[in-house]
Amino acid sequence: MHLSPDEIIFWQYGFVKLNATIVYTWGLLLVLTVGAKLITCQLSTSLQRSRWQNFLEIIVTGIVQQIAEVGLRHPKNYLGFLGTLFLFIAAANLCTVIPGYEPPTGSLSTTVALALCVFVAVPWFGIENQGLRGYLKTFLEPTWIMLPFNIISELSRTLALAVRLFGNMMSGAMIIAILLTITPFLFPIVMTLLGLLTGMVQAYIFSILAAVYIAAALGDRKRKTPSPPLPAAKT
Amino acid sequence: MLIDWFTVGAQTLNFLLLVGLMKRFLYRPILQAIDEREKRIAAELSAAAAKMAQAQQQYNEFQHNNQVFGQERAQRLQQAVADAEAERQRLMTAARQAADTLSAQRLESLRSEAQNLHQTIRQRTQQEVFAIARKTLADLAETGLEERLGELFIRRLRALEGQDKAVLAQACQSAAEPALLRSAVALPEAQRVALQQAVNETFSAQVPLQFVTAPDLVSGLELSVNGQKVAWSIDDYLTSLEQAVAALLPNADAPETQPQPNANEQGS
Repeated sequence: MHLSPDEIIFWQYGFVKLNATIVYTWGLLLVLTVGAKLITCQLSTSLQRSRWQNFLEIIVTGIVQQIAEVGLRHPKNYLGFLGTLFLFIAAANLCTVIPGYEPPTGSLSTTVALALCVFVAVPWFGIENQGLRGYLKTFLEPTWIMLPFNIISELSRTLALAVRLFGNMMSGAMIIAILLTITPFLFPIVMTLLGLLTGMVQAYIFSILAAVYIAAALGDRKRKTPSPPLPAAKT
Repeated sequence: MLIDWFTVGAQTLNFLLLVGLMKRFLYRPILQAIDEREKRIAAELSAAAAKMAQAQQQYNEFQHNNQVFGQERAQRLQQAVADAEAERQRLMTAARQAADTLSAQRLESLRSEAQNLHQTIRQRTQQEVFAIARKTLADLAETGLEERLGELFIRRLRALEGQDKAVLAQACQSAAEPALLRSAVALPEAQRVALQQAVNETFSAQVPLQFVTAPDLVSGLELSVNGQKVAWSIDDYLTSLEQAVAALLPNADAPETQPQPNANEQGS
């Protein structure tokens, strides 16, 4: 029993290794890219369009709408990063129904990588939007006394992002594996369904939190940023 | 150690690669298609709004034209009714006038025909009556009668006085031609002498006489000179009688057609 798909190594040469996390991630990349390419190669601009196009449009416009509701003024500018975060995590979590599949999000390396991307993206968008001075000024709000706490918050939320997603996905897979040994048939199926729900919720939480962090860095939120949702209660 | 930093780096690269691929193959085409569709819908809505405005404008124009047409139609209908009524009145008046004219013409024609008929009857009656009278008197006229007529003429000639006699004497004296003495039959010589003598004595002058036989006198004598005339004959009586009858005939016909004699209404 593996605690992380990183432990499943297909090929290794010194520091360089090819583990299940990377391989399944490539598989997801291939599926998402080919699927998107196949659907978007026959896009219709008229009122008559295919169901798959409708499906993708619903997803994309839904993501844009969610980003806008967080408070970002130009949601399409952040669609590439935040939308890909959601799609990657959601696809990785949904594929857990495939037997033998190990979700890359169950690897702390993957979640750390994603959290690092967010950690870099937040100041990137903040500086791009209001300059370095403006971005750094956000650490002094509401008062300069809050500067160390803001820095700690910046670091801790990155860690929280990584650990939250990893914990949820790893624990889900672990629970299913344990329950398979106790109650082989019915209960693991229910837990798998619950794991799908949990995976989607985690994808949503990760993306929304990233959006909230970016919006806070931009300082253009129209309404008060809702307090970041707590890590999903462990089922 | 749960974190494999090589895997972290690889996953970071994988994620960034996925971001690029998604932008390239998903978000950009989808958003572009949505934008184009929204633009098309906006254009169609704009075109529809323009067409709607145009349709509304045309509808308003149609309504206005329809209203104007209705008013014009009503006016023309009213005008046509008025014209028809005027034409009817004119035609009725003309027909009435024509009928009156025709009736008057017919009445006049009937009256004229009646008058002509009465005139014809009267003239034929007069002619027949006087023809019978003349024929009878002519048949009765003999020498003795002519002599009596000659004596009677001489007596009336001698009885002339005053203005009539003076005018005749003046005419006899100034006449360049002989006085004309007409008789119904040829007078005997003795009577001619007696008449010449009576004329000379009456006008105290030698008046040359020319004796002419004129059967239309029926019976009697007539002396005419230079436009003046003195005569006595039965024809005079007949002429007087004819005039009296002619004057009486219209009145005499009246009782046959009308209770009250009226010459004008008689011919109608």
